[in-house]
Amino acid sequence: MNLTTSEMMLAILPEIALVALAGLLMIVSMLKRERLDRTIGCLTAGGMLLIALLAFLFSMPNAEPLLIWGSMLRLDSAGFVFRIIFLVGAGLTAIFSCTEDAVRRRPEFYILLTLSTLGMSLMASSADLIMLFLAIETASIPLYVMAGIKIKEEKSVEAGLKYFLFGAMSSAMMVYGFTLIYGFGGTTHLYEIAENVTGQSIPLAGFVAAAVLVLAGFAFKISAVPFHFWAPDVYEGAPTSVTGFLSTASKAAGFAALMRFLLILFAAEHSPVWQALLSALAVASMFTGNLVAIPQKNIKRMLAYSSIAQAGYILIGLASRSILGFSGAIYYLIAYMATNLALFALVGWIGRKTGSDDLSAFAGLNRRAPAMAFAMLIGLLSLGGIPPFGGFFAKVLVFGAAVESGWTWLAIVGVVNSVIGLYYYLRVLKVMYVDEPLDATALKVKNSLWLVGLIICLTLILVLGVVLNPWFGFATWAGNGFELSLNML
Amino acid sequence: MQLPLLSILILLPILAGVVLLVLPRQKTSLIRGIALGTAIISLVITFYLFAAYDKTAAGYQFVEYMPWLPAMGISYHLGVDGFSLPLELMAGLVVFSGVMVSWKVEDRAREFFSFIMFLAASVFGVFASLDLFLLFFFFELAVFPKYLMIVMWGSPKTKEYGGMKLTLYLFLGSVVALVGVLAIYFASGLHTFDLLALENAGFGLAVQRIWFPFIFIGFGILGGLFPFHSWAPDGHVAAPTAVSMLLAGVEMKVGAFAALRVGLMLLPDGMRFWAPLVLILATINVVYGAFIAMIQTDFKYVIGFSSVSHMGLVFIGFATLTPEGLTGAGLQMFSHGIMTALFFAVVGMVYDRAHTRNLKELGGLAKHMPLAMIGFVVGGLVSMGMPGFSGFVAEIPIYMGAWKTAPLVAILAVISIVVTAAYILLVVRRVFFGETPDAIKPGLSDITLKDKFVVVMLSLIMILIGLAPSIMTTMIEGGVQHILALVGGAG
Repeated sequence: MNLTTSEMMLAILPEIALVALAGLLMIVSMLKRERLDRTIGCLTAGGMLLIALLAFLFSMPNAEPLLIWGSMLRLDSAGFVFRIIFLVGAGLTAIFSCTEDAVRRRPEFYILLTLSTLGMSLMASSADLIMLFLAIETASIPLYVMAGIKIKEEKSVEAGLKYFLFGAMSSAMMVYGFTLIYGFGGTTHLYEIAENVTGQSIPLAGFVAAAVLVLAGFAFKISAVPFHFWAPDVYEGAPTSVTGFLSTASKAAGFAALMRFLLILFAAEHSPVWQALLSALAVASMFTGNLVAIPQKNIKRMLAYSSIAQAGYILIGLASRSILGFSGAIYYLIAYMATNLALFALVGWIGRKTGSDDLSAFAGLNRRAPAMAFAMLIGLLSLGGIPPFGGFFAKVLVFGAAVESGWTWLAIVGVVNSVIGLYYYLRVLKVMYVDEPLDATALKVKNSLWLVGLIICLTLILVLGVVLNPWFGFATWAGNGFELSLNML
Repeated sequence: MQLPLLSILILLPILAGVVLLVLPRQKTSLIRGIALGTAIISLVITFYLFAAYDKTAAGYQFVEYMPWLPAMGISYHLGVDGFSLPLELMAGLVVFSGVMVSWKVEDRAREFFSFIMFLAASVFGVFASLDLFLLFFFFELAVFPKYLMIVMWGSPKTKEYGGMKLTLYLFLGSVVALVGVLAIYFASGLHTFDLLALENAGFGLAVQRIWFPFIFIGFGILGGLFPFHSWAPDGHVAAPTAVSMLLAGVEMKVGAFAALRVGLMLLPDGMRFWAPLVLILATINVVYGAFIAMIQTDFKYVIGFSSVSHMGLVFIGFATLTPEGLTGAGLQMFSHGIMTALFFAVVGMVYDRAHTRNLKELGGLAKHMPLAMIGFVVGGLVSMGMPGFSGFVAEIPIYMGAWKTAPLVAILAVISIVVTAAYILLVVRRVFFGETPDAIKPGLSDITLKDKFVVVMLSLIMILIGLAPSIMTTMIEGGVQHILALVGGAG
């Protein structure tokens, strides 16, 4: 079935609206430079919300996935769900940025945020290697600038530069891998490649080389070991709201593209090789992330290593090579996004109040701001996988997927890592609840908009952990959208 | 329509916990009032359930069912049987006692009582869960209240170490069990977490034998099973009084109960295969725990190790797979929960006044706090298995069961009675009799009225069960028959 041009326009209406939003922001930024303060953040967040609404109204995928725009994009549930994830993530980031001094008066920041979201949205629905690469670059280049946007601070500039250099390097590797894949598949279209490689005897060595190169590129995006070296420095140096965005939406985009790319690999007959490769990435990420997080003194660095470990758990879902695994990974990404955005919002808040990102700045937080300490507790326990929070069910799903696929050892490695992870999350709790504060003055939240953002995140965390049904349906719908099953039969 | 009593029992403390957290911290009396009110309502509900349970019909009663995530076969399924209901009652009693003896907690009272409520919800939930996922959900819910209560209000020297050790140990146990749970979920092919459906899933022999240790030992860690018991003494000692009572009294039963409900009841052939190992480990628990308790110089460590020793008897009871053994184990869980809660309450009362737990620095307290002494002695008699007290009626069937299946275990375990008598009498003499050292004299005073109430209530219950065990045993036997039917009448 072919769509008319106007139908295809509707299908990418959210992306078009994102471009329009960026344009609007540009105009607004010219109009009233002085009084931009919160208006522009609100405008961005409101725009994201509106676009998400538009997506629901006009761009819902049909039951049958469709290739649109010369087979460049694929209109399916997976792309749709990820698009919503990115929009929510970007909207919340815009809200949290309103209180961040470094960025709140910088309209270009919000424009970059919007453009990066556009790139991510396209990443999740790309069905063609060339489109995929363009989308990845559209998503990444604004992020490099955003990480280094505090131009007067050495650490931020360093973060931006480091992120850019690592990113450029991994993009180069990925493109090289793409060329090899093109050679084996005879086309740049992902789904056609998947068909072409099915049942073909492709030389394993060549295919592995291609896959490793591409995976390296994705591993950089999702900050999986051994391509994680940028993460701690960038997370630490970038403005905290950018860190939140990097660790959630950007990571989710990486996973979305990776899942689609895995189709090709799983279609090829060397399937166990890919599962082994993915589980090796998962195991390395979990152990490195969790073990190196333990001695960290700076909370942003600690969360950076924790985010590396979380990428490992999500990779377990992918390595399981099943619908449950993919759905679990998507559920995990949603829960993880709500959790990490809340945590980085709180870290940013503490950073502004105390002028420090060190763990010691959290000392006695329970005495200074009990509600915020409890909010941190919710976030940290969700990361640790404790009910009734979203992270718990997400972990059950990915571990369950590993067990279902007979990769029980991977689930065991995962649960052992949850225990290691819980150790340093609990240590933060201890600092907040037991240690004596350096300065006992009460801390008050002044910005109500920020508070609204935080409450949205916390509600999501709780709802994802307790209500289960609609969210799991959402995640499964998206997981099915990749049509992994066709290739597994 | 029947009132969803089990749901109220579980959700009310959660609600109270949340309400407490948002109250202004100065309103201490309101905070205490809410906590005590909730504890009393919970106790009344558990008591009502206990009284209203139809013993002749047996089986699962007060069942509530609501689909939760049908796609994965997860449901909100609650119900109690003759085995779990006494434990609910015991939990209700211990939570109530814990709130009563913590009345004087001034430091961050709001958080303290709130976390106790969350812990209470967790244990009520586990005992009533008829869905494996739900059981696990409640099981893990206890992680953060436990940790925070120990590190916030525990004894200054060891709280950080003890709290972290306990939490990580127990979390490790539970996630190992999680892998086992997921494995049998997929192995069953039924796509349901419903325990009643899984009971009849008829798992293959290989599945049962492979996954039984994961589940039984994983949950058993919380029950203090050797060699994974070392969290228990350290954690109990580090914890504040009410938390020690809840941990040793109720949480350890949660572990043993989960091991029974999931390990033994779903994988009976696994249990039969691994029974010798469990018997050996549990016997070490009993004997080793008792001997180690004897050489302790810290009052609280004595009780901590005595818990390890007594929980061993519960596991022996499970592993015998006989009607006697299982009934005894059920009764022992109830009796030990009450007894150890009383012990820890008395230890707390002594420590609050003497400011030391070192047995060498204590003495002659009978003069100052006579009722605490009487309570401790009653607990001690229960602990020794003296006839006329609940410990006797609980332990004798376990020994009988053990004698039928593994006489050597029974002989070795009986040694522990002597050792238990020795350390209990030793402690009673050192703490309550003799001369009062001058150093501790200034702080001594009699225990408060609320403390007295708790001591008397718990003591009377143990005596009552000892004199009229049939109050409990008929109910527990009903539950045991169901278990034995699953096991296939191995008794």
